[in-house]
Amino acid sequence: MPSGLFHEKYETDERVFQTAFVKVWLFVFLAGCALFPFVASKYMISIMTEVGIAVIACHGLNLLTGFTGQISLGHAAFMGVGAYTCSILISTAGVPFVLALPAAGAMAALVGMVFGIPSLRLRGLYLAIATIAAQFIIEFVIRRWDGLTGGVEGMYVDPATLGPLHFNHPIHLYYLTFVLAVAATLAAKNIIRARSGRAFVAIRDRYLAAEVIGVNLFKYRLMSFAVSSFLAGIAGALMAQYLEVITHESFTIHQSIDYLAMCIIGGLGHLLGGIFGVAFWFILERMLEWLTTTLNSAFPDHITWFVSIREIVFGVTIIWFLIFEPDGLAARWRTIRAYWKLWPFSY
Amino acid sequence: MKGEFLFFMQFVMTGLSMGSIYALVALGFVLIYKSTSILNLAQGEFLMVGAYFCLSLTIDFGLNFFASFAITLVFSVVLGLLVERLVLRPLIGEPIISVIMVTLGLTYVLRGFVIMVWGNDIRQFNVFPQEPIDLWGVKLTYLYVWSMGISFFLLSVFVLFFKYARTGIFMRAVADHQTAAQSMGISVKRVFATSWCIAAVVSSIGGILVGNIAGVGVDLGYVGLKVLPAVIFGGLDSILGAIIGGLVVGVLEFLSAGYLDPYIPAINEVFPFIVLVLVLMIKPYGLFGTEEIERV
Repeated sequence: MPSGLFHEKYETDERVFQTAFVKVWLFVFLAGCALFPFVASKYMISIMTEVGIAVIACHGLNLLTGFTGQISLGHAAFMGVGAYTCSILISTAGVPFVLALPAAGAMAALVGMVFGIPSLRLRGLYLAIATIAAQFIIEFVIRRWDGLTGGVEGMYVDPATLGPLHFNHPIHLYYLTFVLAVAATLAAKNIIRARSGRAFVAIRDRYLAAEVIGVNLFKYRLMSFAVSSFLAGIAGALMAQYLEVITHESFTIHQSIDYLAMCIIGGLGHLLGGIFGVAFWFILERMLEWLTTTLNSAFPDHITWFVSIREIVFGVTIIWFLIFEPDGLAARWRTIRAYWKLWPFSY
Repeated sequence: MKGEFLFFMQFVMTGLSMGSIYALVALGFVLIYKSTSILNLAQGEFLMVGAYFCLSLTIDFGLNFFASFAITLVFSVVLGLLVERLVLRPLIGEPIISVIMVTLGLTYVLRGFVIMVWGNDIRQFNVFPQEPIDLWGVKLTYLYVWSMGISFFLLSVFVLFFKYARTGIFMRAVADHQTAAQSMGISVKRVFATSWCIAAVVSSIGGILVGNIAGVGVDLGYVGLKVLPAVIFGGLDSILGAIIGGLVVGVLEFLSAGYLDPYIPAINEVFPFIVLVLVLMIKPYGLFGTEEIERV
């Protein structure tokens, strides 16, 4: 029985899986996810698809905001760029999905980099405001460029195919999202382990010191924006496939705030934070949905009350976490794990 | 006046009256930022709450508009105090992201309460007469004239307040150097509370004015974000900047609606934000903002 985790070499500290125990349970979890569609209802599968998409988006936002410290309130807009790029490429240009998906990511990354350029001069509040501007400008383009995006009415998304997979079939879409979510997690983990990730963290913690020790601020800030928006673009493309009809209303500032809230609840600057935050958010949402439908049928006169309960509960949750658990669920998870590892002989 | 110039002046005057409301709300932003270094993204929701409160007093309870206006101001003082005490004070000294996010969390809560109490239909005040006044050919409704009057009056009151009133001088002192102010015997906590109160009051007034113009709905929350360009244009921590920024953004919004609309429809919705991005790229600290200088 270990009394702690001791690293004697640098390589062991840098490993993706710290212990064999973690590795085993991770594979059990992944196998569970892979077998999930065989036992779950259609509703649960579609929820899990949504969760997978949100995980990809949150990893992107977490890399940018949690690791590089660049606050972004325009993440949903970059998802929108990806969603529309992928859908337009498929339906208008007839590009196969294999190419359209990375193209969606690349387009989002490009737009993200354009709006990331001010980050060279702006920090903190000012950057947050710049990303709000990005959100509104992109939303405006989506809403008003009728010829390309269908304007206010939105556009139908042609279901894509990839080899034997047809994504109008929820289970096929689930598997695609699942694989991509795992890939995104692995990619994020490896970015964090590598030089670029350490540069991100250095910029977040003290950007002047980072510059002094030879981190190219402009390069790494832009890179962070690019990676983050790339993941957002991929998530957006999947979202388009999931929703089947996309309008500008799927990518408003409210969604941007939601993603940021998920990252904060999960824990900014922890890879697990993205996953925990998304899980917490969706569980809370389902519980509230159940609560409101039950209450609605019991008290049909007060429907607007129960609509507003959702808003209030989410708001209070965000405030609660910021005041009482600012490091998020990931930090809480870490303390719980540390406690049980040494139980009952903790000091 | 005639022809082209009249057309131009029409948009400028409308823009100025809208801009004076923006300036008022921007003042709230700047006050809070100046004294507590918090960017209050829930400002728009303060507007909304104030507007709904006044509307329901006027219409549902049948009070005189000016009486309900006064009661709303008292209510917003209480709201400002509550928010400062319960939500923001525990977060003093936390990283920027927490502070930004907590005000965003606040937007959810306030919006939820508004929907719970008042529903989410757009409602009209219909207090001011509709027919326009003719000012040398420029046509403005009473509403715009009143808005401009009230805003300019309040803005001058606040300018005088910061220059001569004891509390105003305290607030400037705290904004300038917190510890120094504290050692002079100024209660920083009280100053924080005062800034939130004033911010809540000016946003309520702004909310009532905008609500009179455009109807009271949940969309009023967006006005808070629309004011961001004004705040940045003038500089985040400058009161004069907020006033000038508000007016400039209001005028730009209406001029873009007048002149650019044929080329890009509804460009006025987003034009202030395009200006915002340009300002951030060229002069990030705005016209009168303090530049942050860091030395190693």
